[in-house]
Amino acid sequence: MKPARKQRLLIVVFIVVIAALVVGLLSYALRENINLFYTPSQVAAGEAPTNAQIRVGGMVVVDSLQRASDSLDSTFLVTDGTATLLIHYSGILPDLFAEDEAAVATGALGDDGVFVAQQVLAKHDEEYTPPEVADAMQQAKDKKAKAASATTKQTDINPENTPKAAY
Amino acid sequence: MVAELGHFALILAFCLAFAQALIPLAGTLANKALWIGTARPLSCGQFVFVAISFACLVTLFLQDDFSVAYVANNSNSLLPYYYKVSAVWGAHEGSLLLWVLILAGWTLAVAIFSRTLPADMVARVLSVMGMIAVGFYLFMLLTSNPFERLLPFPPVDGKDLNPLLQDIGLIIHPPMLYMGYVGFSVAFAFAVAALLAGRMDSAWARWTRPWTNAAWSFLTVGIFLGSWWAYYELGWGGWWFWDPVENASLMPWLAGTALIHSLAVSEKRGLFRSWTLLLAILAFSLSLLGTFLVRSGVLTSVHAFASDPTRGVFILAFLGVVIGGSLLLFALRSSTIGAKASFGWLSREAGILLNNVLLVVTLAMVLLGTLYPLVADVLGWGKISVGPPYFNFFFVPLGLLLILSMGIGANLQWKRQSTGSLLSLLKAPVVISPVLAVLWLVLAGWDLKVASLLGLTAALWLSLFTLQDIWQKSSYSGGRLAGLSRLKPGYWGMIVAHLGIAVLAIGITLTSNYSDQRDVRLVTGERIQVAGYDFLFQSVEQVRGPNYIAQQGSFAVFTTADDADAEPFTTLRPEKRRYLATGNMMTEADIDGGLFRDLYVALGEPLGDGAWSVRVYVKPYIRWIWLGAMMIALGGVIAVFDKRYRKVKVNSSASVNSAPVNSEPKESTPALVRASKDS
Repeated sequence: MKPARKQRLLIVVFIVVIAALVVGLLSYALRENINLFYTPSQVAAGEAPTNAQIRVGGMVVVDSLQRASDSLDSTFLVTDGTATLLIHYSGILPDLFAEDEAAVATGALGDDGVFVAQQVLAKHDEEYTPPEVADAMQQAKDKKAKAASATTKQTDINPENTPKAAY
Repeated sequence: MVAELGHFALILAFCLAFAQALIPLAGTLANKALWIGTARPLSCGQFVFVAISFACLVTLFLQDDFSVAYVANNSNSLLPYYYKVSAVWGAHEGSLLLWVLILAGWTLAVAIFSRTLPADMVARVLSVMGMIAVGFYLFMLLTSNPFERLLPFPPVDGKDLNPLLQDIGLIIHPPMLYMGYVGFSVAFAFAVAALLAGRMDSAWARWTRPWTNAAWSFLTVGIFLGSWWAYYELGWGGWWFWDPVENASLMPWLAGTALIHSLAVSEKRGLFRSWTLLLAILAFSLSLLGTFLVRSGVLTSVHAFASDPTRGVFILAFLGVVIGGSLLLFALRSSTIGAKASFGWLSREAGILLNNVLLVVTLAMVLLGTLYPLVADVLGWGKISVGPPYFNFFFVPLGLLLILSMGIGANLQWKRQSTGSLLSLLKAPVVISPVLAVLWLVLAGWDLKVASLLGLTAALWLSLFTLQDIWQKSSYSGGRLAGLSRLKPGYWGMIVAHLGIAVLAIGITLTSNYSDQRDVRLVTGERIQVAGYDFLFQSVEQVRGPNYIAQQGSFAVFTTADDADAEPFTTLRPEKRRYLATGNMMTEADIDGGLFRDLYVALGEPLGDGAWSVRVYVKPYIRWIWLGAMMIALGGVIAVFDKRYRKVKVNSSASVNSAPVNSEPKESTPALVRASKDS
């Protein structure tokens, strides 16, 4: 082989090997580090794994926020309109965290059904609802609409916070 | 009236951009000098009209004209005038207008500073930039007109600018970022022009380099400002969150970094030509992708403001045309742009090849992590997010490799370096850098951790190699000082930027390993000790700002060595603000900054009974992150001023129409090689 061609071949081999290595590592790391999102209904139905890092979200139920008097521990309920989920968080809640507003928590679901959050995100401004929450609310609403109009509403959903088809 | 004038000027600018996209390019095909000559006047005209349009929008904001929807949604009569001006680019429509203004500005700059370039080359470049502008004007006029009126019932007052954006960092961050994003359109236009002409030689690379360096420096400053803003304004005390919006700006930066290195090889040695063109296309495509990600609302992100599907579809289509079109052109024409030279495995070319591979791999990793949730969502694999652990898992080792190879690579000679001379280069840094790293940590009184030792060693390794390189290249028979003054701005730019990387790495390493962060519950009168500092929570008072009411905390800070009744050496006053127009709450952290540590206090929320949740952080060396970033940007700026880029090359500009494709670079020995041969 001519030196130039040999060099080109070496470059190609080098790139292929690196690329294969990278793809392998990437898919491994992705599998380890993606956080799936579950709605309170899915958690209630037992679809969410316990003791694995996941994300949950919904609207914070009115009057559900409780704080410990000697630490930063707090608990609150989130709902998607059908089911509710108890979230335990130890830390400073974000500025725009409020009852009857959307929140998304990252953490793990314990065996006792309580979700322990490491991070809580609230909506970013007046107009923005996290797409997951918007979606979860929409799903819950659809289900409810199907399940006959006779059933009384469990939770009031503020019309301003209902999803406007995020995209 | 002003709004209509602005709208009209925008339409005129669109018409001129349209002409600019067509006529000069047609001129190069039909070989008509008159048509080719229209490129410059048309770019000037386009700039004038888009500037008028922009001035109109600024005027509307300053006049509080709430009959204009965009003003009503993003401003308020209580807003201070400087935030009224910056509110112009606070949301979608205005930031697009800023984008096209900057694009027209870069186009004008190319038109002005390209007198030495062949006329047909300039015509092609300006035409391509005109095409990009046409896309953006269409986008604005069809889907996002900032001058739309809210008639017949305009609101009495505006909705106010998002409080997060009411900050000095956000006044200058978007313009800088856009200067970078849009600046890559110049390199892109040069690449497409080269492909259209079927000709790319070292003269081409020399023209493209200063433009790419300038754009890259702006982007660096833009990213650094964004990070700095996030640090003190978001109230979390972090400086990088791997948020999709941050990634959107990091990706073109990575591609741009690869590009400026690959351009160096294309210029000096005539190698990597197709690859350079591809990187130029990639850098600008990623800038467009960044715009798409941020502005179409497809992201689940703390930054996602807008969501409007028609806009998303338009940008996606535009993205498809630009990327698809340029890649198609590349596929058709790149075979005419090969290179024949070869290089040894121990050479600067090989070093830059490794740099490019590492940067592109990092880029691919960031791209995958950013887009994967979107793809998964579209394909119905569920709502997922990719967290910081994924990015850190890759970025940290890749970054370390990059820094280690950067140290050696920049010391290598072009073409071939003998193994023996390499070993003599390696000796000192290999031995000294780990020893210095250990010493540093021990003297600072920090635990020895593997992560911090690795990070510090890499940073010191890079610094030592860089200093050693200056030492060698400045040795000269006329004396050391004369030798130093013979080094060119291009070289100094590289040195400053590489040292900036080292400073940045030191900052990242020490901050992430030795920060002390406490989120605590404090009642007024209580104290907390963090990392040798004693914070006394004195009081919370109500204060009033122009458009907000704030709870202002007062924290006296002592060093723990002080006795009980010593004077505090500083008092920090973090605020919790409520903005009157929207009722939004905002955290204003207060920071006592220093070169070696930041003291950071932010109020969380009132917990009742006079208690507050409070963040108290002591962050060592965090300023080094931004200091390093500024050095990196400065390096790019210094390199722009290398006279070599403005040298008129008679032989290449005279032979435009004969188009010698594979011409070997025949220029005089490059400064770097010459300097290293002297040593």
